[in-house]
Amino acid sequence: MTDLSTPTEARAARRRWLLLMPALVILALAASGPLLITVVYSLLTAGDYGGVEWQFSTDAWFNVFAQRDIFTDELGWSDAHLSIFWRSVKLSLMTTVACLFFGVPTAYFIATRPKKQRDLWMLLIMIPFWTNLLIRTFAILELIRNEGTINTVLMWSGVIDAPIQMLYTEFSILIGMLYVYLPLMVLPVYASMERLDFSLVEAGYDLYATRFQVLRRVILPLVKPGVIAGSILVFVPSLGAYVTPRVMGGGNQMMLGNLIELQFGQGRNWPLGAALSITLLVIVMVALIFYVRVAGKEDVRHG
Amino acid sequence: MTIALNARGLRKVYPGTPPVEALAGVDIEIGDNEFFTLLGPSGCGKTTMLRLIAGFEHPTSGTLDMFGEDLLALPPYKRPINTVFQSYALFPHLTVAQNIAFGLEMLGKPKAEIKSTVGEMMELVQMSAMADRQTSQISGGQQQRVALARALAPRPRLLLLDEPLSALDFKLRKEMQLELKRLQTETGITFIFVTHDQEEALTMSDRIAVMGAGRIRQIGSPHDIYDRPAERFVADFIGDTNFLPAQIKSVQGDVAEVLLASGKTTTARLPEGVTRQGDVTLAVRPEQARLVPPEEGLLTGVINNIVYFGTDTHIHIALEDGTACVLRQQNTADAASGFAKGDQAGVRFSALVAQVLKD
Repeated sequence: MTDLSTPTEARAARRRWLLLMPALVILALAASGPLLITVVYSLLTAGDYGGVEWQFSTDAWFNVFAQRDIFTDELGWSDAHLSIFWRSVKLSLMTTVACLFFGVPTAYFIATRPKKQRDLWMLLIMIPFWTNLLIRTFAILELIRNEGTINTVLMWSGVIDAPIQMLYTEFSILIGMLYVYLPLMVLPVYASMERLDFSLVEAGYDLYATRFQVLRRVILPLVKPGVIAGSILVFVPSLGAYVTPRVMGGGNQMMLGNLIELQFGQGRNWPLGAALSITLLVIVMVALIFYVRVAGKEDVRHG
Repeated sequence: MTIALNARGLRKVYPGTPPVEALAGVDIEIGDNEFFTLLGPSGCGKTTMLRLIAGFEHPTSGTLDMFGEDLLALPPYKRPINTVFQSYALFPHLTVAQNIAFGLEMLGKPKAEIKSTVGEMMELVQMSAMADRQTSQISGGQQQRVALARALAPRPRLLLLDEPLSALDFKLRKEMQLELKRLQTETGITFIFVTHDQEEALTMSDRIAVMGAGRIRQIGSPHDIYDRPAERFVADFIGDTNFLPAQIKSVQGDVAEVLLASGKTTTARLPEGVTRQGDVTLAVRPEQARLVPPEEGLLTGVINNIVYFGTDTHIHIALEDGTACVLRQQNTADAASGFAKGDQAGVRFSALVAQVLKD
């Protein structure tokens, strides 16, 4: 039997690999190609009018973290870059938490509607998602700028005398990113909530768990995969966000995405831009590893 | 009898077009330490009844007391009632032991007490060896036991069981039936068991309430329900029954003299509170009637079909007035009927075997 089956199995295995080839080739080229180019560029010298000169240099990597004082030539931390890193990480974390805060109850609300209504509610979540990012961001801007809807209404009704400065602050970036990334949280959380067997919720109530205990001890542990997926989906693009901080933060509330764009544009320092991109990648990876570790530990504790 | 649960005029109407009346005024008194079964076809309101008792739904009108305390004022997590769900509803993120401990933890019992109670419960349902297994790693029958242990662990005053045996195979179901009865006797907790399986109901219950179309049709011991069905619905739902047209000639207490379609007379029992005259329907169980030569029969007809079932034989007879009738005869060693398909035959049953139906 084995003599007969082995060649067939080998042929089947070969055919499987052959069928996988297009996907593997695209993966190899698309994943490692651009990354490789970025790594190489980060180790070259900047050209005078953009681009790179093919001369090895570690200047770009040096400039990511450090700078020389122009007068004393003293070596120090690159405060500008570090504050942008910090702001990026901080705002991304805040966006993720805000998305969790608003997205999980939203997903729960939709998942507990009658089956026929759920699609409609999901559609309402999806419609902004289908709208152009720039237009959505400008819509928020229109709401919160000094002469915008909110300030106008508040001043007209006499609640405030002078407009509240909301635009061009970290708060406005947070609002913008929350709005833009909320569907990315709602979708995976809803997907795992919808699969939740609601007789488990009833079993929780039946076994003397209050509403809050049911949420903490039954619902959250069961929808955790969705919550983790949603958090990653929100955190990663927030960290590299470009349009929203640009529009909502003006020029002075820069995030990593804007800093990188600046190097490839007006800054004409492609190697520095490439080095910053790699840094962003590393920050994302470290954050993800940390997050998965923490989430994994919870699993062990709960059994 | 101390009354554990007392329902009065319980109604539940689900909104919609048209609104669905799941319960149309139910009155039940369930005694302490009773194994009480709600039996009925699907959609008869038995599960709604259970959900009202558990507190997952609120009745449209009516009252519900447990040991004299108003249940409807309490949310489900404050009712000393636990449920064994049809799908078991075990928490998939917890182990067997953690599942059983859940209710006790929510009640805020001390750790040592939780540990010893969980141990006891696992012993009771013979699952001690599986304490640290995930619920997905154990068989259906074992999940069933864990669900039982989880519901029994907080020592509820009332245990609700929603068709808990329906997902098990035949042999396991038989085992669990005996097991449930044993647990009920050992723990002394009142069990309210919901099922559509008449055999399950007959073998396990102290009393049965037969439900149909949102109403209680009859409450009684398994014996009462089977031998003395009050309505056509009950007689039809439980076991096989022959429905024979008849006319009441005279009534004495709960016994009526009835005239059969063949012109012969016999005596039949009247259900409680019925003093009907004129045309009625009699219920006669297939095993309570005998096949006899035509001249000896209360009723006569032609044998349509004889079906052999191993332990017994079913004889289908078309009676003279066109009514179909089935007899069941045990295939004992000396049973030699001598009848064949197409023969003329008589049907005979003893006095007081037939039951007059309310409707």
